[in-house]
Amino acid sequence: MSDKIIQITEMNKWFGDFQVLKNINLEVEKNKKIVVCGPSGSGKSTLIRCINRLEEHQQGSIIVDGNELTEDTKDIEKIRAEVGMVFQQFNLFPHLSILDNCTLAPIWVKKMPKKNAEELALQHLEKVQIADQASKYPGQLSGGQQQRCAIARALCMEPKIMLFDEPTSALDPEMIKEVLDAMVNLAKAGMTMIVVTHEMGFAKEVADEVIFMDEGMIVERAETKEFFAHPKSDRTKLFLSQIL
Amino acid sequence: MNKLNFLQPDKNNFNTYLYTGVILVALSIFIVFLNSFFNKDIISFLPGSISFFLPLILGFIGLHLIRIDYSGLKFLDAINKNINTNNFNAFLSLLIVFVVIKSLPPLLSWFILDANIAGDSKDVCTGTGACWTYIKIWFNRFMYGMYPNAEQWRINLSFIALAFLGTIGFFATEKFKKYLTLYYVAVYPVIAFFFIFFFISGGPIFFDFSYGIIAAVISIIIGFFIPSKFKMYYFIIVPITLYILLKYVFFYEELIELGKLESLEWVETGAWGGLSLTFIVSFFCLIFCFPIGLFLSLGRRSDFPIIKYFSIGMIEFWRGVPLITVLFMSSVMFPMFLPEDMFIDKLVRVIIAISLFEAAYVAEVIRGGLQALPRGQYDAAKSLGMGYWKMHILVILPQALKLVIPGIANTFLALVKDTPLIFVVGLLEIVGMLNLAKTNPEWLGFAMEGYVFASVLFFIICYAMSKYSYNLEQKYKTER
Ligand SMILES: Nc1ncnc2c1ncn2[C@@H]1O[C@H](COP(=O)(O)OP(=O)(O)OP(=O)(O)O)[C@@H](O)[C@H]1O
Ligand SMILES: [Mg+2]
Repeated sequence: MSDKIIQITEMNKWFGDFQVLKNINLEVEKNKKIVVCGPSGSGKSTLIRCINRLEEHQQGSIIVDGNELTEDTKDIEKIRAEVGMVFQQFNLFPHLSILDNCTLAPIWVKKMPKKNAEELALQHLEKVQIADQASKYPGQLSGGQQQRCAIARALCMEPKIMLFDEPTSALDPEMIKEVLDAMVNLAKAGMTMIVVTHEMGFAKEVADEVIFMDEGMIVERAETKEFFAHPKSDRTKLFLSQIL
Repeated sequence: MNKLNFLQPDKNNFNTYLYTGVILVALSIFIVFLNSFFNKDIISFLPGSISFFLPLILGFIGLHLIRIDYSGLKFLDAINKNINTNNFNAFLSLLIVFVVIKSLPPLLSWFILDANIAGDSKDVCTGTGACWTYIKIWFNRFMYGMYPNAEQWRINLSFIALAFLGTIGFFATEKFKKYLTLYYVAVYPVIAFFFIFFFISGGPIFFDFSYGIIAAVISIIIGFFIPSKFKMYYFIIVPITLYILLKYVFFYEELIELGKLESLEWVETGAWGGLSLTFIVSFFCLIFCFPIGLFLSLGRRSDFPIIKYFSIGMIEFWRGVPLITVLFMSSVMFPMFLPEDMFIDKLVRVIIAISLFEAAYVAEVIRGGLQALPRGQYDAAKSLGMGYWKMHILVILPQALKLVIPGIANTFLALVKDTPLIFVVGLLEIVGMLNLAKTNPEWLGFAMEGYVFASVLFFIICYAMSKYSYNLEQKYKTER
């Protein structure tokens, strides 16, 4: 069995007439950490949203953990349950407490007994260091705390893959570190991660590979050190010079 | 002593300003009061227009003088903050106070001073005020319609019982709190229906109590030996199966006779009426129109074309026709499509019609709430592996419904106030009864009293609902 947990081949996606993703080929092995970067509008979000089928692709194939994502994939919910996702805008459920945010899906989707779900949730909240906020509501937390709760919420489903879509770009600078720390810890624990981010420090620290996207295409893909030391394409160089 | 600056009152000559101001305001109110209650115009010596505006001018100056920030007097600060923030507000406040004082005497005299309530015929009503005797004599009809007097205890009993069962939520202990929603959504309406069907209507009793008791006793005895894990399923399935077996296989005439309960005297729905009918119609329409509206609003956003266009069609159709024609059609046209021997009670048809009509409005209100939610909520729910129903029940609807509580309350209030229209099919709730009573030759000329009475009742009902919705809003308020 191959340990390629995500396999995207020849994938194309359009929004109406506009082609957002062009001929994407991407394989991700288990336990690898991939950072995706690129200018705004290059299709990074769309790409990772395709991996748990929040967006549908029109051509090519996406295989996640052995299941191909197509229109008639029966148990798309089962696949999604194995792919955790953290959003730029946190997207916590404002009507539920932090603890309930974390236990909701385990209880109702995984049918976990409430008590176990709460124990699990507290464990994960402890890991991201907000266990003491468990009974508060999202609106009462700072942005950094909310984003860490969102990470814990995704982890409570015990996913095999974690997707991050610019998790720190809606945060004030002083809160970015606490979220990145949580992500670094997660990476060290061996999670398979695909992270869209402009935090190049984070990329250098944990990423195995970096992907650079522009205009819907994967322009460059390289080992992290190689990527920063010897970027091949001119566009990558330009982008790096702007961002570093 | 500091210099007095009457254009800009401040704290320095606090007492001077306060006393002058209060005296001026009091004087202005006193003038209007005398004029309105005792018909005395103590400033009539002044030329016409000045005497007319003098109270306003005096009060205006007075309010200006007492407008001192942070005076330290609680009462004065409250006045300044609420009705005397600036010249314009002071003017409006004065105007309102004067209008109230002016209109009190005629209202008082009509409602109380010159009104009659004694006696039991219209002859006692000689004064210029209201004739509450009329309401008193017709009270029974206004409450119960043509429901026979001797049977009215059935309505009272049902309503008291239902009111009591309705307040159970307040007494529920922690352990039962989680079942409350289920109770109110599923159990309570069924109980209400049974009360209305068996008690108020006097519907036939199908249940054989002797078999019922036997089935219950047997299943309880066997129940002791059932492991607690299956107890719930056991008690749902076995008693009903036993009962059906007894009734259709083991048929024993005398046993049936023994446990037979006579049903109450049948009172056809045409005789129901008055306020009790308002309650019955409103209650069931509220209960039905909400879930129908909910499904229509979800349907309208569905990806399946059939469901989507069906929902749009339903919503636009019911919103597009006047309620009065819907009611008319429900009683005249609808039966034509039914098989000859099939008969659906008028009241039931009316309730269905109003429910569908209001459901269209509820649907659009809820759709507004659904649209107000950011797409991220859907994304987050989906990414956690929730399917359509889990996503909606656990994440989307709790938030959307919370947002639309005021809109739903609005629709519900409109529904309650629409119920009088059922007169077009011959059902007379309270306003219908009023219209009937006012044309009674014995009691001509008291329409006003009737409408005032009905308005007060409707106001109480609607205000209570509005207050309740506001409480709900506060209860479910969380920071976003
Ligand atoms: N639902 C949609 N309908 C139509 N066009 C869309 C939609 N979502 C995204 N797009 C377009 O697709 C392109 C790629 O969008 P995407 O969000 O993937 O970019 P991104 O790389 O994540 O950018 P950013 O760094 O700003 O988040 C953009 O041009 C955007 O306008
Ligand atoms: Mg993006």
